[in-house]
Amino acid sequence: MSFWRRVACAVLLLVLAISLAANWLAPAGYAKQDREAAGAPPSHAHWLGTDEIGRDRFARVLYGTRISLFLAPAAALISTLLAALVGGLAGYLGGTWARAAMTVIDLFLSLPWLFLLITVRALLPLNVSPAFSVLVTFLILGLLGWTAAARVLCATGSSLRNADFVWQARASGIRGTRLFWIHVLPNMKPVLYAQFWISIPAFILSEANLGILGLGVAEPLPSWGSLLKELEGLVSVGEEPWKFVPLVLLVVVVTSFQLVLSKQDEVAA
Amino acid sequence: MMRFGKPIAVAAFCLAALTGGALAQGQLRFCLRSEPKTFDPLKVEDDASMAIRYLTGGVLVRLNRQTQAVEPGLATSWKISKDSRQITFKLHSGVSFSDGTPFSAEDVAYTVQQLMDPALHSATGDTFRSGTGKPETKITSPTEISITFPAPVAGLDRQFDQVAILSAHSPKKEMAVLGPFMVADYKPGAAVLLKRNPNYWKTDEQGRKLPYLDSIQLDIQPNRDVEMLRFKRNEIDLINTLDSEYFDKLASGSQNVAHDAGPSLDSEQMWFNEVAKAPIPEYKKKWFRSATFRRAISQAINRNDLTRVVFRGHAQPAVGPVSPANKFWFNSKLKPEVCSPDAALKALQKEGFHLENGTLKDMQGNEVVFSIITNSGNKYREHMATMIQEDLQKIGIHVNVVTLDFPSLLERMTQTSDYEAILLGLTNTGLDPNEVMNVWLSSSENHQWNPSEKTPETPWEAEVDNLMRAQASAADPKKRKESFDRVQEIAVEQAPFIYLVNRNALSAISANVQNASPVILVPQTYWNAERLLLK
Repeated sequence: MSFWRRVACAVLLLVLAISLAANWLAPAGYAKQDREAAGAPPSHAHWLGTDEIGRDRFARVLYGTRISLFLAPAAALISTLLAALVGGLAGYLGGTWARAAMTVIDLFLSLPWLFLLITVRALLPLNVSPAFSVLVTFLILGLLGWTAAARVLCATGSSLRNADFVWQARASGIRGTRLFWIHVLPNMKPVLYAQFWISIPAFILSEANLGILGLGVAEPLPSWGSLLKELEGLVSVGEEPWKFVPLVLLVVVVTSFQLVLSKQDEVAA
Repeated sequence: MMRFGKPIAVAAFCLAALTGGALAQGQLRFCLRSEPKTFDPLKVEDDASMAIRYLTGGVLVRLNRQTQAVEPGLATSWKISKDSRQITFKLHSGVSFSDGTPFSAEDVAYTVQQLMDPALHSATGDTFRSGTGKPETKITSPTEISITFPAPVAGLDRQFDQVAILSAHSPKKEMAVLGPFMVADYKPGAAVLLKRNPNYWKTDEQGRKLPYLDSIQLDIQPNRDVEMLRFKRNEIDLINTLDSEYFDKLASGSQNVAHDAGPSLDSEQMWFNEVAKAPIPEYKKKWFRSATFRRAISQAINRNDLTRVVFRGHAQPAVGPVSPANKFWFNSKLKPEVCSPDAALKALQKEGFHLENGTLKDMQGNEVVFSIITNSGNKYREHMATMIQEDLQKIGIHVNVVTLDFPSLLERMTQTSDYEAILLGLTNTGLDPNEVMNVWLSSSENHQWNPSEKTPETPWEAEVDNLMRAQASAADPKKRKESFDRVQEIAVEQAPFIYLVNRNALSAISANVQNASPVILVPQTYWNAERLLLK
C-alpha cells in the first residue's frame, strides 16, 4: 500500500472515530439553540462558534459527518445492488434483455439528475421525522444513482456470458439463475466492489448539493450540505474562516476516498 | 472665431440655465432581482416590471412615498364624487410623450378602457373592479376627463398611482412614455437601460428640467451575494432591499451607506391548512380549525427571538395583519402577542390536549405532530421555522420542518392543498386595504388558509367579508377605517394567519448618490429617481 493511501486510510479512520465520539466531544448536541450567542465566533464554549440561530457548529460538524459517512455507503450499496440486478443480469442474458436495459439506463442518464432529485423529494410525504428524512434522502440517491454503474456491469455481464468457465458450466448442465448466482455473479465481485467504493464520495457530494439547496436532511439534523450553506454569504466568509471547516473536511474526506480507491478505479476500468 | 468663442459659450450656458436646461448628472446603476416579464404597464405583476413601470410611467397622481400623501402628477387637480364612483381630472397642457406625441384626455380614456378590458386580465385593473360592468369616460376638453365606475371604488384617487398612461395614437405603443425615463435598450438576462425622457414635463423649483440623471442601468442579478459584492466594489449605486446580515456589515464600515427606514409593510407569517377536503388526517383538521389551537401556537412562539436572532434586530414582532408602518390603517389598539408557553399549554389543556412524557396529545391520544413547509433558499424562513420548531417543542408539540422548491410549495398551497402549515411572507406594495381584498374575501383564491369558499364557512369569515365590502364601498375614510380596524381585530382573535414579524426596510445607497432619502414604501431607494444626482 503506498504511503499516500496509508495516510488517506488513517485520515478516514480518524474522521470516522471523531464523528462516532460526537456524543462525548459535543455533549450539548446539534439542535440546542443558544439564542444569546447566535453567530458567535469560536470560544471555549463553542470551539467553532455558533451558527445563525445559536447552534454549536462543532457539534453540527461532528453529527453531520456521522450522517454523511454512514449513509453514503448505504446509498452506494443500494445503487450497486440495483446496478448488478439490472445491468449485470441484462448483460449476462444478452440480446433483447441487454438492449432493453441499456435503453432504460440511457433514459435515466439523460434525465437531469438534480431536477429528478428535487422532483422526487417534493413528492414525498411531508410529515416525516428528521431521522427518516435522512434515510429517505440517501435512499433516493441510491435508487436514482444506479445507472452509471449499471452500464459498466452490463458490459461485464456481457463479457462473462461468453467466458470459458461459463460455457463449461453450461455444458455440465447448469442453467438459468443458478448459473448466474453461482458462476457469473461471483466473478463480477471485483467490479461490484469497485463501483461500490467509487459511489461513496459521489453520494456524499450529491447529498451536499441537495443540502445546499435546502432539500436534503430535515432540520434540525445537520449534514455536510446544510453546513456548506453557510458559505453562501460570500461577503462574510473572509472574516469568519471557521465557517470553512465543513468544506475542508468534505474535501479531505472525498480526496482520501479517491486515494484509497485509486486501485479500485483500475479494476473498474 | 476664437475671439467670440468664449463669450458665445458663456451666453449659451446662461441661456440654457434661464430656459430650464437639464442638470445632466450621470448614470445610476442598480440591480433587478429577476427578468422583467413585460414592458406593458397595464400587465405588470412582478417586481422587476413594476420597477420599470415606476421609472418610465407617467401617472395622473403620485403617492409620495415619504409622506404617504397623494400628490398631483399629470393631473393638476381632481375631484371625487360623494359616492366614490366618479373622478374628474384636470390635466396639464403642453405635455408630450417621449416620442413627441401630444398627451391629452384622450390618452387617459384609452388607458382606462384598456385597463378595464377583461381580456387583458390586468392585475392593476382588478383594484378598480368593485362591481360588474365597464367604466365610462367622458372627455370634457383636451385637459379634462371624468371617469365613472359601475360601483364605488374606495381610495379612488390613490389607485391611479399605479396606472401609467398609454398613448392612444403613438405607433410605439407602450414604449412611448410620460415618465422621467424611457427604455432605451434591453438585453434579456443582462440589463435594461433607461435613458432620460427628453420630453418629460416636470421641472424642479429652479425651473430646471427633470430628471437630473442621464440614465439608469438596471442589471439583472438574482444573486444577492453578487449584488452585495458589486455594491462594495462601487459597480452599482444602491441596493433597494438589503438583508440584515449585509446591512450590519455595511453599517460597521465608515461610510454612511446602510439605511434602516424602520418597519416595512412586509410581514412574515404562518398559517394552518383549514381546507375541508385537504388530504390530511381528520384529527389534524380539527386542531387546525380550532381558533384556540391557533392562538395557543401563536402564544408559544417567541417573536422577540425571531426579530433579534434571525433578523439581527432589524425587524419588529408583528401585531396583526397591518404593519405599524402603515400609519393610517394600522389599528393602534392591537397589542403585540406576549410569548408565554405556559399560557399556551393551559389554553390547549382546556381544549382537551394533555402532556404525556413530554409529548402533547389530543383527546383521542394522537400525538400533536405537524409539518411546516417553507420555500428552500430563503434562509430567514428556514431559520424561523427551525426556531418555531424549538419553541413548540417546549409545549410538547413536535414540528417537522420541510423546505421545498417554490413551484412545489405553490402547487401544494394552491392546487392540491396537501400541506399542514406553511410559513411564507407577504409583500405589501400599497397602503390601502383594497389591495388585500383578495386575501380577506372568503371566496377569493388567495384566501390562503381556505381558498375559494362557496359561502363563508365560519361566522367570523362572513363578518370579515361584510366588513371588507363595506370599507370598499364607503366614501368616508373614517368609516372605512372603522370597518378595517374590526377586520384586524378579528384577524388577531381568530388567528387564521399567525403573524410573526414585520421586517425593517433596509437599503444601501452609495455616498455618491445625492438627494436619496430611503423610505418604507416600494421603491424604497429610488422613489424620487427624477431628483437623484450622482457626485
